[in-house]
Amino acid sequence: MGEFKVHRVRFFNYVPSGIRCVAYNNQSNRLAVSRTDGTVEIYNLSANYFQEKFFPGHESRATEALCWANGQRLFSAGLNGEIIEYDLQALNIKYAMDAFGGPIWSMAASPNGSQLLVGCEDGSVKLFQITPDKIQFERNFDRQKSRILSLSWHPAGTHIAAGSIDYISVFDVKSGSAIHKMLVDRQYMGVSKRKCIIWGVAFLSDGTVISVDSAGKVQFWDSATGTLVKNHLIANTDVQSIAISDVSIVPQEDSFVVGTAEGTVFHFQLVSVTSNSSEKQWVRTKPFQHHTHDVRAVAHSPIALISGGTDTHLVIRPLMEKVEVKNYDAALRKITFPHRRLVSCAKKKQLLLFQFAHHLELWRLGSTVATGKNGDTLPLSKNADHLLHLKTKGPENVICSCISPCGSWIAYSTASRFFLYRLNYEHDNINLQRVSKMPAFLRSALQILFSEDSTKLFVASNQGSVHVIRLLEGSFKHLHTFQPQSGTVESMCLLAVSPDGNWLAASGTSAGVHVYNVKQLKLHCTVPAYNFPVTALAIAPNTNNLVIAHSDQQVFEYSIPDKQYTQWSRTIQKQGFHHLWLQRDTPITHISFHPKRPMHIFLHDAYMFCIIDKSLPLPNDKTLLYNPLPPTNESDIIRRRTAHAFKISKKYKPLLFMDLLDERTLVVVERPLDDIIAQLPPPIKKKKFGT
Amino acid sequence: MVEEESLRVVRCGGSELNFRRAVFSADSKYVFCVSGDFIKVYSTATEECVHILQGHRNLVTGIQLNPKNHLQLYSCSFDGTIKLWDYTDGILIKTFIVGCKLHALFTLACAEDSVFVIINKEKPDVFQLVSVKLPKSSSQEIEAKELSFVLDYINQSPKCIAFGNEGEYVAAVRDFYLSVYFFKKKTTSRFTLSSSRNKKHAKNNFTCVACHPKEDCIATGHRDGKIRLWRNFDDEKKYTYTCLHWHHDLVMDLAFSVTGSSLLSGGRESVLVEWREAAEKNKEFLPRLGATIEHISVSPAGDLFCTSHSDNKMIIIHRNLEASAVIQGLVKDRNIFTGLMIDPRTKALVLNGKPGHLQFYSLQSDKQLYNLDIIQQEYINDYGLIQIELTKAAFGCYGNWLATVEQRQEKETELELQMKLWTYNKKTQGFVLNTKVNMPHEDHITALCFCNAEKSENPTLVTTSKDGHFKVWILTDDSDIYKKAVGWTCDFVGSYHKYQATNCCFSEDGSLLAVSFEEIVTIWDSETWELKCTFCQRAGKIRHLCFGRLTCSKYLLGATENGILCCWNLLSCALEWSAKLNVRVMEPDPNSENIAAISQSSMGSDLFVFRPSEPRPLYIQKNISREEVQWGVFVPRDVPESFTSEAYQWLNRSQFYFLTKSQSLLTFSTQSPEEKLTPTSKQLLAEETLPTTPFYFILGKHRQQQQDDKLNEALKNELVQLPLTENIPAISELLHTPAHVLPSASFLCSMFVNSLLLSKETKSAEEIPDDVSMEEEKESIDSDEENNFTEEVQDTNNTDLGKDIIHQLSKSEEKELRKFRKVDYSWITAL
Repeated sequence: MGEFKVHRVRFFNYVPSGIRCVAYNNQSNRLAVSRTDGTVEIYNLSANYFQEKFFPGHESRATEALCWANGQRLFSAGLNGEIIEYDLQALNIKYAMDAFGGPIWSMAASPNGSQLLVGCEDGSVKLFQITPDKIQFERNFDRQKSRILSLSWHPAGTHIAAGSIDYISVFDVKSGSAIHKMLVDRQYMGVSKRKCIIWGVAFLSDGTVISVDSAGKVQFWDSATGTLVKNHLIANTDVQSIAISDVSIVPQEDSFVVGTAEGTVFHFQLVSVTSNSSEKQWVRTKPFQHHTHDVRAVAHSPIALISGGTDTHLVIRPLMEKVEVKNYDAALRKITFPHRRLVSCAKKKQLLLFQFAHHLELWRLGSTVATGKNGDTLPLSKNADHLLHLKTKGPENVICSCISPCGSWIAYSTASRFFLYRLNYEHDNINLQRVSKMPAFLRSALQILFSEDSTKLFVASNQGSVHVIRLLEGSFKHLHTFQPQSGTVESMCLLAVSPDGNWLAASGTSAGVHVYNVKQLKLHCTVPAYNFPVTALAIAPNTNNLVIAHSDQQVFEYSIPDKQYTQWSRTIQKQGFHHLWLQRDTPITHISFHPKRPMHIFLHDAYMFCIIDKSLPLPNDKTLLYNPLPPTNESDIIRRRTAHAFKISKKYKPLLFMDLLDERTLVVVERPLDDIIAQLPPPIKKKKFGT
Repeated sequence: MVEEESLRVVRCGGSELNFRRAVFSADSKYVFCVSGDFIKVYSTATEECVHILQGHRNLVTGIQLNPKNHLQLYSCSFDGTIKLWDYTDGILIKTFIVGCKLHALFTLACAEDSVFVIINKEKPDVFQLVSVKLPKSSSQEIEAKELSFVLDYINQSPKCIAFGNEGEYVAAVRDFYLSVYFFKKKTTSRFTLSSSRNKKHAKNNFTCVACHPKEDCIATGHRDGKIRLWRNFDDEKKYTYTCLHWHHDLVMDLAFSVTGSSLLSGGRESVLVEWREAAEKNKEFLPRLGATIEHISVSPAGDLFCTSHSDNKMIIIHRNLEASAVIQGLVKDRNIFTGLMIDPRTKALVLNGKPGHLQFYSLQSDKQLYNLDIIQQEYINDYGLIQIELTKAAFGCYGNWLATVEQRQEKETELELQMKLWTYNKKTQGFVLNTKVNMPHEDHITALCFCNAEKSENPTLVTTSKDGHFKVWILTDDSDIYKKAVGWTCDFVGSYHKYQATNCCFSEDGSLLAVSFEEIVTIWDSETWELKCTFCQRAGKIRHLCFGRLTCSKYLLGATENGILCCWNLLSCALEWSAKLNVRVMEPDPNSENIAAISQSSMGSDLFVFRPSEPRPLYIQKNISREEVQWGVFVPRDVPESFTSEAYQWLNRSQFYFLTKSQSLLTFSTQSPEEKLTPTSKQLLAEETLPTTPFYFILGKHRQQQQDDKLNEALKNELVQLPLTENIPAISELLHTPAHVLPSASFLCSMFVNSLLLSKETKSAEEIPDDVSMEEEKESIDSDEENNFTEEVQDTNNTDLGKDIIHQLSKSEEKELRKFRKVDYSWITAL
């Protein structure tokens, strides 16, 4: 294995936005996560927690509530007063509807999925009927004095509990009138706080209402009498979220989870008082401290506790007692970075384009004239250069962006507009010129890709079609649109083009990878569909082998000319991957190739990068997967004997991007977690013993 | 009768009160604790020891109330027996012989006729929990050999076993796992802390366990200070636990309140923590308990808690977390630097106690009288911290003065030294600091002594130091215009050829001062501080130095490090005799010429008692202790004994106590030391047992006296010294008895007058029979620490409980009667 000069880039100042809501859907085992910038992400828990879909955020659309209804329909509501339904196929917003109650703080779908309830700033609780293609206002419940911050349905759908400021109301759904008003103690540790905010309520089928509030209490109320049954003081700060184990499949509600502003997640369980009596009680069992900041949202899947908060991590903590076998699912997951590429690279000009929510940054890599030994840090003779800061127009977030390999084109897209810029380099000055008059069909793109020679632009739109555009000096020409196969509306999220420009591979979230012949502008073949979504695609030079990485960590190699899997791919499928390889946490987000070494495949996830040398024997479960590189002075025989196909380096992490600039130069983009934490608001100060 | 017995080494009180959890009686009136081979019954209200249950022949390792009869108490011991006691009267009911060492005892209400014990069968570190079936039988001694095995490989400490939910299951912890055995299902679940393999959580070891009385909940304490509450443990997969974390050091013990609403925990922080409703945020504290909490127990009535502390103390705590009573034994958990001393006023034993304190310990009542804070600084308990040590102390002028020396040495060159002189204040009945001397010497002080001569008009103190000097300190007038005061100042500094001064000693009349400088003994005139003469034997450094007393006051004794004991004649200034003896402890008897020396050999320690006038010892007792003896002291007797045997005469006027390296306080006795309980505690006992028959004192004793006339004569010489005040309580009791329970006055008059007359004639004659019977009684239930215990004494105690008591009362029967606290109306028939 040859040595590389590595550009270790740490100036990508990316900060993910905090998590506001999480909603778990039991039917499809998917998790919807909304962030404070309005982004909604869908994670497929069955597919190794892969973030398979996302809806870009919007400056004015701060999501305050998120819920699944009627099976697979996803709704959100926010402070702009609108209820939004998302189209999970086309990955766009189906419609937005104003509830006319001021900002919406809470939302809950009825247990049978036919009704939707929103709690508004003006104290009103509004009931909507969910029709097959829209929602329809049905009626208002008794209006309360202050904003409704939390809502919960009784599992039978007859009553609802609404948490407001200082009190909890119980409504009868039929009459719409409040039947109980349960006042919450404002006192906190003997000190009377001004207000006690009910951050969350949960209605159990036996009529118990559980509330969490800003005084750090978890309280159990009897909704029939409106009395307090039990009080657990669990935190010195706000308890901000609560989630009950899903009633629909778990036979009984025997566990719930709450999240506090101190970053602690507490698990409560219903345990029998004695083994031979039927009397049961709620007991606080385990605390989990995986967060440093407020836990704004929690969810409870049948086998795991899910929490997210201001510190931007999504933490999935499996419940050991619910896990059947100790495998990959039993491990704690912490998802921090998006499972998509935010960095693109112009190899020839050594430029990096960083994508942020509302702007793009173009940097020129530094250079050095010094040389050194393996492992040395070389001094820079020329520092990295911030060339361009491109602010987006409008309130929408950037979905995707790309810089052409020659560095003279930049394209990006928001939810409603597509932008293409031409860059002219005159010595040190850059001239940016927007290409105007984009065609009407190029409104929003899910993925943008330039061909290797920068003459063609491929745009995957959310209708499932892929547009091919020829770029000329300062203008462009629409060549062709590959239409999706009839019957499918699935949008394409990943694109890959062969270095010779002949082949284009496109993949959606679930169906197989389509390979198009760009010369003949027709569908060449379709790689058979696999159970797990594709996380990265690339086509090797010369051989035109398509390398596909899936979320279950499988890697396939498919020969496009032969329309079949290559021999190497078949061998590795037969033998199976190393178990440690399959146990990795994060998906492979980028694949690249060495121009001179056709046997090498470069790929990386957030915590390692790997060079697969197809010429070497495959590792089996007994060999060491993460073996350190053998010292160079060892004889070739020993090196060969200990070597196997997977050369893995964990030196750079968390790794957002890695690519080969030329034969001997790598660029890696790191984003240390400490730098992210430093940019977050300070956490609640806690006294630590011994300090 | 007494003289026939041979002299034995006996343990004399001061045993651990904190060895096991204390047990409350059902009505919370009494608290029981194991104490060496005995069980002590204390009143929770008055802190007074009410009974001592004696009968075990080895360490008592567990006590539990009998669940079927809460007036009875089970105990188990290393001697392999389980005994059942009636604690209100302090008598042994039954003995069950199991046969192997019993390490702990548990009783269950639901287990009808069996108890649980921890035994150790094969390997030294493998302990088993077994249930022992107690056969029903009317005989006193029953073999209980029917053992059934419950749990294996458990911890030997009873803190690591707990029974829960009325005996449905038993939880045991050891190292990193918790095992729960379900009696009904006969299954064991085992939970291992998964993080135990993890280095970061290596301090996860279980330390103790407690079970919730009402719910299926097990609380476990851990070495890292966490408390885990386990639930759902009947399912090995679905089990769950909660953590409570406040302690920063290991959790020593846990206890649930009777209702289970709160959990008590304690540890090295000396803070009792009450976790209400097992919630982390809802906790109450009782801080500043003085020492590490070793055990916590809860009264069955729920109104009291009891914590046992590492400084041999028990604190009775009210439900509202207010300490209500402190039962303090001899503090033992530290090195003794000061040695054993006797406070001339209280006759209490004085030695190092709590860090920085002197403790005053009453040998008679086996309890600490009070603590004197010498260092007067907050004690910070932290590992590796160099503390101020109280190294020397001495009493002078009949207890009017106390001198103490404290030192702290962080580095070789940094010595902090302080001498304090305390005066006894009659008004406050305590010692008050009079003079504080910073750095009285340049180097460690090796000895200090007061001049205790009767005629000495001015208190004098001498200190010797490694810096080569000895200093004489005298009390001088320190008055100014504001107040009259006295203070100590240095009067004279002496040295001898720059040798280190190692010992000092005043002669009995105070005229001479002997100071040893390494190998040389110098004699100084205490009037003029002139060097009179020197003795040098070149036999090694002088380790002990003392003058002879009374008729032997012309002799000076010195013991050297090379194992030579020298005796010099001060008149001839020549060596009188010397002997090869490796003396560890040399103590003169203040009341006689005798000097006790304890020598150390590879076999053990031997005692030699001799007079300086003759090199032949009066008495030799070989192998008094297997360990090294560190300190010894003669304690003057209140009442002189009258041993006629020549060998024991040295014990007539004083008793010799000594302390071994493992800090057991031992003494020589022909009888058990409990016999010498003070009259007040006897009185208390009588009052306890005979509340309704005040005439018992007068009439019962009268009758006894008539019966045992001959016995009296035999003991006459002993009686002469008995105090005369004994009949006063009897009269007062007669006067204080309600009239309606008294027989008519005419009925009583002649007898009452008679009794008074009799008592005057023979000088407290009524005390004699009582004393004799007490002696006998004590003998029969003698302590078993000594090796040559005679078997036949057991028989006197084995009177059948079912015996008819209306017959003509023999003395032993009468004694039994008293024990039973039966109302004795037999005097009516006698009239």
